[in-house]
Amino acid sequence: MDILIVGVGGQGTLLASRVLGKYALYKGLDVKLSEVHGMAQRGGSVMTFVRMGEKVNSPVIDEGHADVILAFEKLEALRYMHYLKKDGKILYSTQEILPMPVVTGAAEYPEYIEKRLLNAEGIDALSLAVAAGNSKAANSVMIGYLTKKCGFDKEAMKKALTEAVPQKFLTLNEKAFEYGYGVKE
Amino acid sequence: MKKLLLGDFAAARGAYEAGVKVATAYPGTPSTEITEELARYDEVYSEWSPNEKVALEVGFGSSLKGARTIVSMKHVGLNVAADPLYTAAYTGVNAGLVVAVADDPAMFSSQNEQDTRLIARAANVPVIEPSDSAEAKDFMKLAFSLSEKYDTPVIFRITTRVAHSQGLVETEDREEVPLKDYVKDVPKYVMMPGNAKKRHIVVEERLNKLCEDSNDFSINRIETGDKELGIICSGGVYQYVKEALPTASVLKLGMVYPLPYRLIEKFVSSVDRCIVIEELEPHIETLIKAKGIKVEGKNLFSVQGELSANIIREKVLGIKADVTRAEVPARPPVLCAGCPHRGVFYTLKQLKVNVMGDIGCYTLGAVPPLNAIDSVLCMGASVGMAIGFDKADDKAYKNTVAVIGDSTFIHSGITGLIDAVYNRANVTVIIVDNSTTGMTGHQNHPATGKNIKNEPTSRLSLENVCLSVGADRVSVVDPYDLDLFKETVKSCLSEKGVKVIIARRPCALLTKRLYNGCEITAACRNCKACLKLGCPAIINGENGVKIDLSLCTECGLCQKVCRFGAIKTREE
Repeated sequence: MDILIVGVGGQGTLLASRVLGKYALYKGLDVKLSEVHGMAQRGGSVMTFVRMGEKVNSPVIDEGHADVILAFEKLEALRYMHYLKKDGKILYSTQEILPMPVVTGAAEYPEYIEKRLLNAEGIDALSLAVAAGNSKAANSVMIGYLTKKCGFDKEAMKKALTEAVPQKFLTLNEKAFEYGYGVKE
Repeated sequence: MKKLLLGDFAAARGAYEAGVKVATAYPGTPSTEITEELARYDEVYSEWSPNEKVALEVGFGSSLKGARTIVSMKHVGLNVAADPLYTAAYTGVNAGLVVAVADDPAMFSSQNEQDTRLIARAANVPVIEPSDSAEAKDFMKLAFSLSEKYDTPVIFRITTRVAHSQGLVETEDREEVPLKDYVKDVPKYVMMPGNAKKRHIVVEERLNKLCEDSNDFSINRIETGDKELGIICSGGVYQYVKEALPTASVLKLGMVYPLPYRLIEKFVSSVDRCIVIEELEPHIETLIKAKGIKVEGKNLFSVQGELSANIIREKVLGIKADVTRAEVPARPPVLCAGCPHRGVFYTLKQLKVNVMGDIGCYTLGAVPPLNAIDSVLCMGASVGMAIGFDKADDKAYKNTVAVIGDSTFIHSGITGLIDAVYNRANVTVIIVDNSTTGMTGHQNHPATGKNIKNEPTSRLSLENVCLSVGADRVSVVDPYDLDLFKETVKSCLSEKGVKVIIARRPCALLTKRLYNGCEITAACRNCKACLKLGCPAIINGENGVKIDLSLCTECGLCQKVCRFGAIKTREE
């Protein structure tokens, strides 16, 4: 199972990948994650790879090979859509974050992204996170959503989440996870 | 116990298990986390050194006194540490000395993509290279034993994909290695010509022996597969090869310098076609070809960027991935909302000055809409470049500044400032002091008053340093105070001599509190002047400018640039 997590630096994609890593560990799978630190984290476009299975070699998912793209921002889903394999699916947050070239007027935020995304389902992760208590928990909403849509073991994923988030934000993140998991089809 | 560990953490764990006692480093992506992780262990003395040269000199000293030592840096850091490295190859070590160096192919966070293996070759230092986290831990332990057995510093080379990937690692207990006896040995450790000439012979003999012995090292191994195709590779590339060419025969090199030529010859003669696949420079390929062994390599692959399984499939098998990328606007990294550097670059752009930049978050002052930097070269170079501008054109001082971060100034800007004073340059140096090493993830440095373990220590005063080396003028200004900052810059540019402005305000990410945020009121005329700040919290929405409350830190810069007083801090 190859999952590509994409978003904007600061959205918590790293945490999400680490939760999935722990999940794989609980399920007795081999797992590799690849992250981006440094310059790219300053509000830039970020991607994190999660690969789990019996034996994983490369920590990197190649273009055209991802089973799932989990996108924390809509434009980022489109940017990395070519990583998806033919029967793969995109799970995305409907949140829009304007990149600086759009802010300055040098470019326009693309229209009709929903229609251009193949095999995709969206969720308003930001609103659900706010409803759960804080917009910062949108990543936990997305993990809940992924768990539901990919049929992952919910209890194991919650346990992984519990270990990955700071104790004082645990209730918030658990609630956000449930909101993501419970979204009506 | 099996743990999921970052390559850097696994390397640190390996050093810990190998009984390392001293760990030194200057932060640099993607190597920083090695030393951050080692700082968590009480058994290990760790430090952020002012720069990589000092880090290696401290490390050399502790090795000499008998403690196993690791010194970590990014690839360009090795240039700074090259001086002690080249001669440490002559002296050899006492206790194991490992220099962990992280290269950054594709430059995720670097100014070039130089190949550490070439420096190692020039310095006559052996290099080992793990391919994932599990090997990072094991190879690190091996590096220490090789260092002691062959009496040499060993370079432990990783790339971004190994450093910043996580994989499963079986952790073991630490082996307590007693301090080795230190014995004064002038011919070995005092490198003056008479002694060094003899040591150079030792260096050559050592490399020849390593070269021969490495034919039997288990980290250099042949995985027999199809006879038609053989691949020679190492490090992270090995993993791509296994993905792309699962049935090929593979010679996986764990040591990439010196090379096991007998093993390579045996492997090459066992396959019909042999390709060396390596990222960056044709290091392995060149050495193999120099021995008259026939292989392919960079005739197929680029020296630029990262490789991938897709690229290998395409270049070796001719299978091109069918990929169409969507045309979308780029999302480059930007200075964070509330970043104290923003006001500095906004002002410098307004003043239309030439800005000699430096390495750190503030390098982002070069991107739109600020576009305020003329040149970025290497750590500390801004000061020297500004001096060069002055020496080339005696009027340049009127519209040239150097901008350098606090940590970078300590790393290698101070010597530039001394040059300015000594050689009577007319320069304005702006130290953007955000009280941390920002880009690499907020490490302490000598001017923060805290050590690597966040314990209180002596605090270096930047203003005292500047005054004591002889700067004519040192002003400390809050960069949020746009008017005062602008006036200070203008007055510095109007004077001759060495002028330093310390723009002091802690990194916005260090302040952990909730903000009400700012809002745009009805007085807004939609002139978009605030957008020129390049603040990610200010959005050019369809119905006028808006402020993203989840990002806004109430820095107030937008309020200051708004001529209509249309931006207010929210009450609730």
